[in-house]
Amino acid sequence: MIARYIGRRLIQAASVLWLAATLAFVAMKLTPGDPAQALLAASGATETEIAERRTQLGLDDPLPLQYARYLWSLAQGDLGQSWLHGRSVGQMILEQFPATAELAISAIIIGTALGLALGVLAALRRSTWLDTAATALAVIGLSTPTYWSGLLAILLFSLHLRWLPATGEGDPRHLLLPSLVLGCALSGSIARLVRARVVEIMEEPFVQAARARGIPPWRVLLVHVLRPALPTALTVVALQFGFLLGGAVVTESVFARRGLGKLAVEAILWRDLPVVRGVIVLGALVYVLVNLAADLAQAWLNPRLREELA
Amino acid sequence: MIEWSAQHPRPLLRQPVNLAALAWLALGVLGALLASPLAPEGPIAADTTRSLLPPGPGGPLGTDLLGRGVLTRLLWGGRWTLGMGSLGLAIAVGLGLPTGLAAGFFGGHVEGVTMRLVDALLAFPGLLLAMAAVAVLGPGVISVAIAVGLAAAPAYARVARSAVLDVRAQPYVEAARALGGSEWRILARHVLPNAAAPLVAFAATQLGWILLNGAALTFLGLGAPPGTPDWGAMLNEGRGYLRDAPWVSGFPGLALTLTVLAANLLGDSLQKALRPH
Repeated sequence: MIARYIGRRLIQAASVLWLAATLAFVAMKLTPGDPAQALLAASGATETEIAERRTQLGLDDPLPLQYARYLWSLAQGDLGQSWLHGRSVGQMILEQFPATAELAISAIIIGTALGLALGVLAALRRSTWLDTAATALAVIGLSTPTYWSGLLAILLFSLHLRWLPATGEGDPRHLLLPSLVLGCALSGSIARLVRARVVEIMEEPFVQAARARGIPPWRVLLVHVLRPALPTALTVVALQFGFLLGGAVVTESVFARRGLGKLAVEAILWRDLPVVRGVIVLGALVYVLVNLAADLAQAWLNPRLREELA
Repeated sequence: MIEWSAQHPRPLLRQPVNLAALAWLALGVLGALLASPLAPEGPIAADTTRSLLPPGPGGPLGTDLLGRGVLTRLLWGGRWTLGMGSLGLAIAVGLGLPTGLAAGFFGGHVEGVTMRLVDALLAFPGLLLAMAAVAVLGPGVISVAIAVGLAAAPAYARVARSAVLDVRAQPYVEAARALGGSEWRILARHVLPNAAAPLVAFAATQLGWILLNGAALTFLGLGAPPGTPDWGAMLNEGRGYLRDAPWVSGFPGLALTLTVLAANLLGDSLQKALRPH
């Protein structure tokens, strides 16, 4: 029966991806401009050459055929060719992906640790100044643009204190500041939801019972409160991946890092649509896969859900 | 009619946080509306003899590289940034509200199809969706507003649907139907007014999201042409001389953060007032 749940979830993920790909296709078709001309514009090609290229690219074929061909090549991992550089979009993305992944992963580690700590602390000291402070911090974190907090961090840690380099990449010292900035922004929403869930669990009879049995408070917290809160935290973190992808784009720009963000922004400014499309489709793929993994992990971690599904 | 405002009209406004948030938003809007009498020199005119003056007699918030007052540009920039936020919100609500209302009220196939689409769009990282829209529309402040509005619409549709579902189950809706009210009349007279509170609360939260992400796009250079006094673009312009003149980026960032914070705080308070426990 759990197999049925997994199957349903897989179909859902696939349909989201299909929709993303279709939206990207429609968006490209809606955009004015001729791809063949865009590809050959720099080389000073003649009208006939452009017309030839159009036929070659299949742009004269009926739309359904173009759509089918597009989906087919997408399924094979072919994201097309950049109009600006004439290179494979997949290749260009692969080159930039590690830099963005590095930032995203270290930010999610920092954000999760900070968010969990803040959320649990606020829940444990509910309705005290600590709760108020943690809640306020979470809202401020949610509301502060990373492109501002990033600049403030550069101003303080790089320009005044000279602890960390402001821009560039390579060693972990370059990664620390951007991932801290992005991680702090992330921790706000994680903290809010973790707090809500922990408050809920603390009122459950099994927690009272554990206390009544004289189990030491730290053990009650770790085993009886935090364990059931974990699946929630996991889902929240997975949902934050969407924010993370967008945030990484902006953070990269602030710290002048290489990565998908820089690739996407340049592609938008130069109207290099195949590259934009590639980044969007990849973003959707990563997001869908992460959330799929989180849902499956939750089904596995949460005995009640497991039973309901069974 | 709207339960929370009838029962607790004062506590909401008596909270200093809400008052401060409202006051800040009002100040921003007023500043933008009154920009021309308040700062008649305009946001563009340069005076390089006053380049990068610190906050003080030269300008209350300092001047930028071209000697333009940061406060002047902030006031004028409010027209761009707050205008972008309002247009974005109008698009998000204008698309999301009818969709969610129709899905929640009529149910059946309407609900099945639209909510499937909404869920798929929600499964898309919002800022990336907005960037894709800007790529199609071409850079510009209007494009940015449309892009973030489009990206925010699915979430609004989802909230509108659940608000309507809550109300639809109420006995008075059934009573109205029993009395022979037409579907449209019931929707307009009974469902919409009673579902209004969560819709207003969520609109405030979404305004925060729209401002944050819209300004992110203008910060990335996808908004108005260089020189436009948009807050995101101003933040970007000041990056080059962050060490010597931090106020050029600092104040636009502060203005933006406080505005987003005010919208989020108002949204939170409204939502909390709806669910007091």
